[in-house]
Amino acid sequence: MRIEVTINGHKTALEVAPDEILADTLRAAGFASVRRGCDTTNCGLCTVWVDGRPTLSCAILAARMDGRDITTIEGVAGEAEAFARLLVAEGAEQCGFCSPGFIMTVLAMKRELADPTDDEIIHYLTGNLCRCTGYMGQLRAVKKFLEVRP
Amino acid sequence: MFTVKELVRPQTLAEAYRTLTEHPDNALLGGCAFLRLGNRKIAAAVDLSRIGLDYIRETEGFIEVGAMATFRALENHPACRENFSGMLPRAVGNVLGVQFRNLVTVGASVFSKYGFSDLITALLALDTDVELHAGGRMPLAVFLDKPYTRDILTRIYIRKDGRAAAYQSLRNSASDFPVVNAAVARLGDRWTVAVGARPAGARLAPAAAAALDGGADPGEAAALAAGELAFGGNLKASAEYRRAMAAVLVKRAVLEVSKCASK
Ligand SMILES: Cc1cc2nc3c(=O)[nH]c(=O)nc-3n(C[C@H](O)[C@H](O)[C@H](O)COP(=O)(O)OP(=O)(O)OC[C@H]3O[C@@H](n4cnc5c(N)ncnc54)[C@H](O)[C@@H]3O)c2cc1C
Ligand code: FES
Ligand code: FES
Repeated sequence: MRIEVTINGHKTALEVAPDEILADTLRAAGFASVRRGCDTTNCGLCTVWVDGRPTLSCAILAARMDGRDITTIEGVAGEAEAFARLLVAEGAEQCGFCSPGFIMTVLAMKRELADPTDDEIIHYLTGNLCRCTGYMGQLRAVKKFLEVRP
Repeated sequence: MFTVKELVRPQTLAEAYRTLTEHPDNALLGGCAFLRLGNRKIAAAVDLSRIGLDYIRETEGFIEVGAMATFRALENHPACRENFSGMLPRAVGNVLGVQFRNLVTVGASVFSKYGFSDLITALLALDTDVELHAGGRMPLAVFLDKPYTRDILTRIYIRKDGRAAAYQSLRNSASDFPVVNAAVARLGDRWTVAVGARPAGARLAPAAAAALDGGADPGEAAALAAGELAFGGNLKASAEYRRAMAAVLVKRAVLEVSKCASK
């Protein structure tokens, strides 16, 4: 079936199967930043924004995205890079496989939470797994990015 | 992963119900989080997202939650934060991450009567009605005892009666399923106690509630709740462990509620 979606600000028409998963659709359309790290909706690697809200693209049917607005990390490249530099500076990026999903969640959090506490930050980021780091470096980078007390 | 032959997007509930009941292989789509873990072969998948069930609103005396409202919406809605000592956001806030809660729906969760549900336990301690398209409106406790029939859960109604409430759960890690959970509420000197993830579904503990009405102390009520409900064992925990932990959670929730002012 044919759907019309806006991806990173561009209106696009896509032909999708009724049970096609959005993560697969996006990857096939060239958005290679979208990753799948689990098969259980547990890891957060596939996070994109749907109408501005961080959502697991591994659990959404592409067909239901007709008329919706999707943002991948390619659509917020500048801001993502600024945060990625902070991540690297804190030694919180190892293999980088989790980074796009993680960064999309952090950028969404910045828009959603005003002056969050450590607990609020950790609560917001709980759905994002990282196999390599110990999360502490990530937390330092996030706090620098949010310009909250270190 | 489940498969879908055809995606149907009805504009009305009547149409959705007709398609759902036309064939046993047809199914409703909520957020799809649970569906995607199974291997169901769905003939017609009924997308409920165009019927206007994605809302939370305050009506006279109630918080009305449409079936397609997400856990995250419940977590953020001012009416849910301000009523019941903020217990609803706290109950659903444990469910995986924000990206997941932006997907999963209240209707699918309540209708499916999952034993591990955080939401159902919390709702059971409140005065909650569920509304089914064909089955009509009934108290949540009545719905939980009914045998399964194919239907559409359209909305739930939570009475804004000013209850003070608290929610407690035990999890092996922050975003894991609860091993056991409990919700307690008080309106004036009337108490409600619910325990879930037993691992069977949430149930009320009326003897514990009656004891609290009569002024029993938290520990006594907690022991009554643990004693009057059935607990089972599975991979996560034994029945004995669940029973012991249920008592701890109920006691904590009672103590928490005792410190809240009920309006
Ligand atoms: C990995 C994982 C971890 C989870 N952890 C927790 C947890 O810790 N605590 C907790 O409380 N919950 C947990 N859940 C459950 C979750 O909160 C949702 O309840 C569940 O995913 C179903 O919601 P959904 O919208 O995704 O439903 P779907 O997967 O879309 O649907 C589930 C079922 O409900 C039916 N359905 C959908 N909408 C309706 C309706 N309006 N009326 C009648 N039937 C309907 C569908 O046909 C299907 O049979 C977890 C789920 C997953 C997948
Ligand atoms: S791929 Fe793991 S949550 Fe989507
Ligand atoms: S850096 Fe390797 S998974 Fe996170």
